[in-house]
Amino acid sequence: MTPIVVAADVRKTFGSVQALDGVSIEISTGRVLCIVGPSGSGKSTFLRCINQLERIDSGAIWVDGELVGYRRVGDKLYELTDAEVARQRLASGMVFQRFNLFQHLTAIENIIEGPVTVQKRRRSEAIDEAVALLDQVGLAAKRDAYPSELSGGQQQRVAIARALAMRPKLMLFDEPTSALDPELVGDVLAVMRNLASSGMTMIVVTHELGFAREVANEVVFMDQGAIVERGPPQDVLVHPQQQRTRDFIAAVLA
Amino acid sequence: MSSAAAEAAIGSGTGTERFDPSIAHLTHVPRRHYGRWIASLLIVLAFAYVGKAFAEGQIDWKVVGQFFTAQAIMEGLVNTIIMTFCAMALGIVLGILFAVMVMSPNPVLKGVAVFYIWFFRGTPLILQLLIWFNLALVFPRIGIPGLFEARMVDVMTPFVATLLGLGINQGAYTAEVVRSGILSVDTGQTEAAKSIGMTRLTTLRRIVLPQAMRVIIPPVGNEVISMVKLTSIASVIGFAEVLRNAQTIYYANARVIELLIVAAAWYLMIVTVLSVGQHFLERYFAKGHNRRRARVAARPAVGA
Repeated sequence: MTPIVVAADVRKTFGSVQALDGVSIEISTGRVLCIVGPSGSGKSTFLRCINQLERIDSGAIWVDGELVGYRRVGDKLYELTDAEVARQRLASGMVFQRFNLFQHLTAIENIIEGPVTVQKRRRSEAIDEAVALLDQVGLAAKRDAYPSELSGGQQQRVAIARALAMRPKLMLFDEPTSALDPELVGDVLAVMRNLASSGMTMIVVTHELGFAREVANEVVFMDQGAIVERGPPQDVLVHPQQQRTRDFIAAVLA
Repeated sequence: MSSAAAEAAIGSGTGTERFDPSIAHLTHVPRRHYGRWIASLLIVLAFAYVGKAFAEGQIDWKVVGQFFTAQAIMEGLVNTIIMTFCAMALGIVLGILFAVMVMSPNPVLKGVAVFYIWFFRGTPLILQLLIWFNLALVFPRIGIPGLFEARMVDVMTPFVATLLGLGINQGAYTAEVVRSGILSVDTGQTEAAKSIGMTRLTTLRRIVLPQAMRVIIPPVGNEVISMVKLTSIASVIGFAEVLRNAQTIYYANARVIELLIVAAAWYLMIVTVLSVGQHFLERYFAKGHNRRRARVAARPAVGA
């Protein structure tokens, strides 16, 4: 299978904190990868590096065959322009912990904003697609509601629809259920489960170990900016080899 | 209630007199605010006294009425309104431009913007007006060699000097207002915009500025109202706005107070109309911010 994301020895520091300490990984098309680990382990940072919300200090990331953020000429890497970075970001859709819906736009306006403004698709066509997406996430009735009128779970589902409207090849989820009230988590996970079974490539940073065990093809455990353990969910989550993984899982389940 | 009775009620009562349910149907009487009545009365008396003084004073109210809609006053009024509009438009455009420049990662743009704000906030407006108006003393001729050329005194009319003076000065203040508006928008909004492939400029135009408007409008509305009155400063360089024209008339007929009253009344009227407009603008840009179900329902839906 062709890898859609390849990371090679990615390093990143915030001040004196080593957020990513040599992360290397390949993710194949159509797979669901869950990244788990304690807070501050660098898992969100890694996700944000994939769509260039953070810039990496060294190493390289390829998404869909393209080197992220740089153009290689001879033995030098030249930084891309703002417009080129924006174009590269179209390969991936991102879902944030805090939803980040555009507060001044209704649910449907949030969804068509990217297709119409960025991809210059016809408005009527974008609206038809947005209606179908809202239906898919179970919110057809909320098309004209503003984000402030929606619950957290509803906002997150609109956010997923917004990302899908760009027809990304890859979906990135940054702790999508961490900011939700417990009773709202299920609806969001159900939408993600459907998305996974439709064949979408997904990288999910999550604390929902149950979801990871059930949906992921592969689980990565990160700690202190590095990958500690990776493998099928049964291996990593049920029979972890590393002591740090065992401690983490015991702490989460406690 | 005496303290002994209170003690009995709270203390060793048998219960029936402590919680007497029969008082539940008694009428509630709101507190009486005697202080407010007295204060209102005093204020009305004070106003009546001042009003009487003006009515009996050396003011010829007929002259006020006569000049209220005089042609010169009307022309001045139109000039005041046009200048307020143009200077404010220039100020807002410059304000947004320089706010974005100040926040730019480009050190050249940032430096220029910081200098602009420093210079025009740091010198008195009246001085800036005088400099613009007297620019011909420094540059007798203006133009791009080979393309066009003109005498500065022909270009720098009182209107142009006032527009540049007020507009550019306003831009320095508005830049700070716009900057605080942009800062008020959550960084998550920018990240979400980036994640759907927007460039920095598109993000600013489509996502950040529309949301920043909610924070920007109230202070800018305030500045529009200031601007109406600031235009009167331009009377020193001969711009024919309301105050200047009122002065021209009273230099001729010596009815100083009467004409100042005419000008004051017109300023108050413009400001009143603008305040109402500001209210509606604020409501428009608050959309999506508050839970306003009624308004959302009334709003035309997107698409079919």
